[in-house]
Amino acid sequence: MNFVTVLLATFDGIAYAALVFIVAVGLTLIFGVMRIVNVAHGSLYAIGAYLTASLTAAILAAGLPPYLGFPVMLVAAVVIGVVIGGPMEWLLLRRIYDKPEVLQLLVTFAVFMILEDVQRLVWGTQPYFQSAALQSLGMVQVFGVNYTVYQLIVLPLAAIVLLVGLRYFLRRTLVGKLILATTEDREAAQAIGINADRVFLLTFVVGAALAGLGGALAQPTTSVLPGIGADMIVLSFAVVATAGLGQIEGAAVAALLIGLGRSFAVYLWPEAAVLVPYIIMVLVLMVRPEGLFGSPAARKI
Amino acid sequence: MTRLLPALLVLAIAAVPWLMPNLQVLLTLALAKGIAVMGVTVLLRAGQVSFGHALFFAVSAYAAAFLIAAWPGADLILVLVAGVAGALVAGLLVGLFVVRYRGIFFSMLNLAFSMIFWSFLEKFYHLTGGADGKRIRRPPVLGADIGRSDFELLLFYITLGLALALAWFTLRWLGSPRGHLFRTIKTNETRLQYLGMSPRHVMLSGYVLSAVLCGVGGVLMGLSQGVVTPDFAWWVRSGEMVFIAVLGGAGSVAGALLGAIVYEMVRIYASAFAGDIWQMLLGGFLLIIILFAPGGLVGMFHRFFPGRAQDGEDRT
Repeated sequence: MNFVTVLLATFDGIAYAALVFIVAVGLTLIFGVMRIVNVAHGSLYAIGAYLTASLTAAILAAGLPPYLGFPVMLVAAVVIGVVIGGPMEWLLLRRIYDKPEVLQLLVTFAVFMILEDVQRLVWGTQPYFQSAALQSLGMVQVFGVNYTVYQLIVLPLAAIVLLVGLRYFLRRTLVGKLILATTEDREAAQAIGINADRVFLLTFVVGAALAGLGGALAQPTTSVLPGIGADMIVLSFAVVATAGLGQIEGAAVAALLIGLGRSFAVYLWPEAAVLVPYIIMVLVLMVRPEGLFGSPAARKI
Repeated sequence: MTRLLPALLVLAIAAVPWLMPNLQVLLTLALAKGIAVMGVTVLLRAGQVSFGHALFFAVSAYAAAFLIAAWPGADLILVLVAGVAGALVAGLLVGLFVVRYRGIFFSMLNLAFSMIFWSFLEKFYHLTGGADGKRIRRPPVLGADIGRSDFELLLFYITLGLALALAWFTLRWLGSPRGHLFRTIKTNETRLQYLGMSPRHVMLSGYVLSAVLCGVGGVLMGLSQGVVTPDFAWWVRSGEMVFIAVLGGAGSVAGALLGAIVYEMVRIYASAFAGDIWQMLLGGFLLIIILFAPGGLVGMFHRFFPGRAQDGEDRT
């Protein structure tokens, strides 16, 4: 492995980690607040990617410049959060908060199955590839290696802005503090007048929008085809589990670890590249069953 | 009535090759799947749901395929044993790791393991035949080569016999002291520890049983279809098993077989006009069952025919 390959693998890994982080942080945020792992999170990612591909194609067909693809991504993310995430929490999840964990998993799994078919009905099984937004930013040369500006600068920047923004939102703003209070103790929060239902709804919409944003941002770098949702939910769960469920900063570290591990494997042992994230996860969980940053839960007797 | 109806049902199924021969293959597949679903059901009794049990389904079918490819004269019994042994070893290896977890982690780690195996099957083309899978040629039975239709008939009765025998065994196991300990994982795991038992050991025994059941189903399915593809390990398969387990009645062993038969029947006739939205229908029904009929088919049966619950079954 020479210097150029190392550099390429590092860049690939960082770009990939940024995308996975954005999706995983939505998953871990929802879990942290609502104690539910949303299996349909992967579908929201896939629908975000499909929606962005279609909207970008529509913009180009209307003769508008390709950089409008970027606002379109945000639009897609918000649409997914509000149109899919909102009703899902409001109509479905709200009924099952007091049910056993198994049933909660089954319900989100059922939504996952439904949304997988919805994608196929709306967008068919043909792969979509639409990289106009990525190309509009051009290339950049670093140490003699040409790399796209989009993957090297835009994606990591988006992930960092998200990480810092989420930290600020949760620790410094009133709404964020309400969310943290509800996470800490739902009953006590309700007793002092916090509307926990509204907090849950808001959290789920934000989490779902983050899945959609991840898909939207990933779309220019890859072809969108059936099955990416299933891959992404398992991968982002691997990240979240490696970090420790509910750990936002930890998810960033785990995403970087898994992203870099995977991209180096692509150059060293391509067949095994898809396995590397899971191998990392299993190794971490064997040593630390609660994840890298998770703390062992106190047992109630 | 509660005792008579199941017996009549079994007799009706046993008569199918003579009365309705065109249903025979379908029922073989349904019962094979039903055996696998019993594995998922066992775990549901401990309050755990696995989204990756298709892994063991596939491991055993591939083990059978590899054995037949390496040794074409291998007897049917040997093929069955090899398939189940494959599932047993895989169940033990994966089990040693996943029994440390409950709930979300348990479900998702199982899913991750099945995805790993699926990627392996797809990517390592030279070993596994990739997406085309591997052929499972018809093995000789007790040294004699028999024709296709005789083999299919034999396989039908083997599957039916195994389904009944394993259902009986699973019920006995769940009713045994170890089975009671296993079910305590759902109700009160801490108490299990106070009794001086290791929840991991208890969980592991149930997990291996569930893997073996899935393995029996997988190898029968592979033999019946004559081919095994990575699709056997695909998450949709696992989801289907969970769906059937919930449809039959979460935690009911008889419900697993009944659910599988109903499911396959509906699927065959529905796929003609609803093939595109099949998963969507499954998801929709799953939601309806969970929200409105948590007892599943067996729950409905007991509602119409109240009677004594069988040992090892519970109706909650």
